[in-house]
Amino acid sequence: MESTWRRAGLVLCLAAGSAAAQPAPDTQSLRRELDAMRAEYEQRIRALEERLRAAEQAAQSQQAPAQSQQAAPGAVVVPAVPAAVAVPAVPAPSPTPTARASPPPLLEASLILSGQYTHTSRDPADYRIRGFPLPPTAEIGPGTRGFSLAESELGLTANIDPWFRGFAAIAFTPDNQVSVEEAYVQTTSLGQGLTLKAGRFFSSVGYLNAQHAHTWDFVDAPLAYQAMLGRQFGDDGVQLAWLAPTDQFFEIRAELGRGRSFPGTDTNRNGAGMAAVSAHSGGDIGDSHSWRAGLSFLRARADNQDLAAFDSVGNPITNAFTGNTRVWVADAVWKWAPNGNPSRQNFKLQAEYLYSTRDGSVVVDTTGLASPGNFRASQSGWYLQGLYQFMPRWRVGLRTERLNPGVPDYGANAGLVGLDSGNPTKQTLMLDWSPSEFSRWRLQAAQDRARPGDPDWQWTVQYQMSLGAHGAHSY
Amino acid sequence: MKQLLAAAVAALALAAAPAHAALKVLACEPEWGALAQELGGSLVDVSVATTSLQDPHQIQARPSLIARTRNADLVVCTGAELEAGWLPVLLQQSGNDRVQPGRAGNFAAADYVRKLEIPASLDRSQGDVHAAGNPHIQTDPRNIAAVATALATRLQQVDTAHAAQYGERAAAFQQKWQQAIARWNAQAVPLRGLPVASQHKGYVYLYDWLGMKEVVVLEPKPGVEPSAAHLQGVLAALKATPARMVLYSAYQDPRPSEWLGKNAGIPVVKIPFTVGGSDAAKDLFGLFDDTLARLLAAAGGK
Ligand SMILES: [Zn+2]
Repeated sequence: MESTWRRAGLVLCLAAGSAAAQPAPDTQSLRRELDAMRAEYEQRIRALEERLRAAEQAAQSQQAPAQSQQAAPGAVVVPAVPAAVAVPAVPAPSPTPTARASPPPLLEASLILSGQYTHTSRDPADYRIRGFPLPPTAEIGPGTRGFSLAESELGLTANIDPWFRGFAAIAFTPDNQVSVEEAYVQTTSLGQGLTLKAGRFFSSVGYLNAQHAHTWDFVDAPLAYQAMLGRQFGDDGVQLAWLAPTDQFFEIRAELGRGRSFPGTDTNRNGAGMAAVSAHSGGDIGDSHSWRAGLSFLRARADNQDLAAFDSVGNPITNAFTGNTRVWVADAVWKWAPNGNPSRQNFKLQAEYLYSTRDGSVVVDTTGLASPGNFRASQSGWYLQGLYQFMPRWRVGLRTERLNPGVPDYGANAGLVGLDSGNPTKQTLMLDWSPSEFSRWRLQAAQDRARPGDPDWQWTVQYQMSLGAHGAHSY
Repeated sequence: MKQLLAAAVAALALAAAPAHAALKVLACEPEWGALAQELGGSLVDVSVATTSLQDPHQIQARPSLIARTRNADLVVCTGAELEAGWLPVLLQQSGNDRVQPGRAGNFAAADYVRKLEIPASLDRSQGDVHAAGNPHIQTDPRNIAAVATALATRLQQVDTAHAAQYGERAAAFQQKWQQAIARWNAQAVPLRGLPVASQHKGYVYLYDWLGMKEVVVLEPKPGVEPSAAHLQGVLAALKATPARMVLYSAYQDPRPSEWLGKNAGIPVVKIPFTVGGSDAAKDLFGLFDDTLARLLAAAGGK
């Protein structure tokens, strides 16, 4: 037992430690650890099986009276009611599990394997979202052309003790990096509808943000997410969730974090660099319809955040932004399944609207002029998508989206910075086939007008496979 | 002033009187909702997460279900991984400590019966197999009796103030139930040894109880819809080992069974599978009355 935990801890430390400082760990050593753990469980299960076989035989002999009734049809036999029922205030019942009905493993591991082939008509290397100055490292656009390993992810989860549950998602990126996507502990015993989470986690703002990429209905995040939330906003911090004691679903989540990723920046500072709050409500309409909608607010602070821009004659420059970003997200999803049974046919309509303001100062062209000045921008964007499973295993999806970059106000530096014109738009069509709930093949075609000039035609073939623990998916 | 104060105190006492509030039970499937109702009567306020027309393997963790889990005193589910795709999300997001696994408010019926079809090896190439054994335990009334005993004990534990009443109700239910089992056993004699086909591996406990023989399953792997080619194969297999009828559940697409019924010339039997799965299956007694009536009608028609 103890050694199992040490091993589990070792697996986590290995992954977390190497993500922080060391080079990428070889996945083989992780696998070896997991194999060792599995072997140990199997040994324990076998021991349990031996013990339980005896119990099973006892149970069978208890059922014998019921069987004997079959031999004498018509005879009404009323067996004595078990004593445990007749006597009030009995002690806790002892479950009589049989054979492999052993409890689930202490640590549940799942591995998502994903890969893709991408064909684009324009070079992804100079991808940008016009009107949205973003850090040079921003994860935007279709990624690399040709074959690539898409993000593969190791998920580990377990109850820690009667009070806490832990979860870690370790992502292996195509360029041999390992990153800790999420790693948090969560309370299970506060009651009163309260849950406290601490560690690294995806923010609960919006609808798509908290979901792992492999559960998304399209290959990529909507443009509005890429431009205003850094693709998907995750942070190190704490989150308190409260679910109201009402029949109608109503939930509030409040978060405080360091603000380590866009639209914030990691800095050496006490206190919180990010604060977010989200409220969601939802329910059913009859047996066939269900919905959820919400409003979220995120505030993050940036210090000397490098933003890729260009000067008045079009040469690339780097600006540095210091100030606050506020993002409002309105999200809504509506699902239809005949009689509430989605296995054959179902439809999902989902939309989000993001509104972002940035307010502070900008140093224009940090390596050249280094001219400071005030900065203010109000930007927005939305997407609307529909997913239709028209027969078992087959789904088709359509997503339409548009951004409004507004006119950023560079104050004293107006004139030094070149401004884009026009609104980025994108249309995406998706077809996927899931032989089982653990595997999926997807074909996606998109006409991307995020850059000025010709549209970028993006074609992607993708697979996503889930190994290991049976993951439950959120709504 | 005094009267006002007294009224306020009375109002407060009324508002904060959980002792008289019914125990809130959330059942994952209709059969456990019906059983909780039988055992709890007016002491319980039962809500059911799924209907007889829904596939209990494939439910989504909808906001309405999260809200109901939040307020439940006792969650009664099948267990044995049947709800693995959705129940963990409900429990995690509910913020309800009373119903977490391992607590008194979390009840898994499959823990209290002898399970069948426990796979010797666990490999997803075999389809969506359940490591804990076949979870569709509710099709054998002897399992219902075993679960009733355990559930009554659990109700007594969660709602100690009414332990005596649960005990009385449970004793009365068991007496009625054993009489019903004896009646069903007598009725079901003609079904003994009958070879049958099933659309999903959902009736192993029913067959075990009645002594029926499953000769073929329409789903190529558990949870995988049969293709036309696979159905042709099933039809060919039936030439060698004929079945007397083909069974499917109320929540399932009837077309594979209907196709086989037509082409093999055997009756197609829609099994209510759970309470509410047919007009006659209004409660647990109706569920088995109707299941047997349908099976006997199909067996007698030949
Ligand atoms: Zn099943």
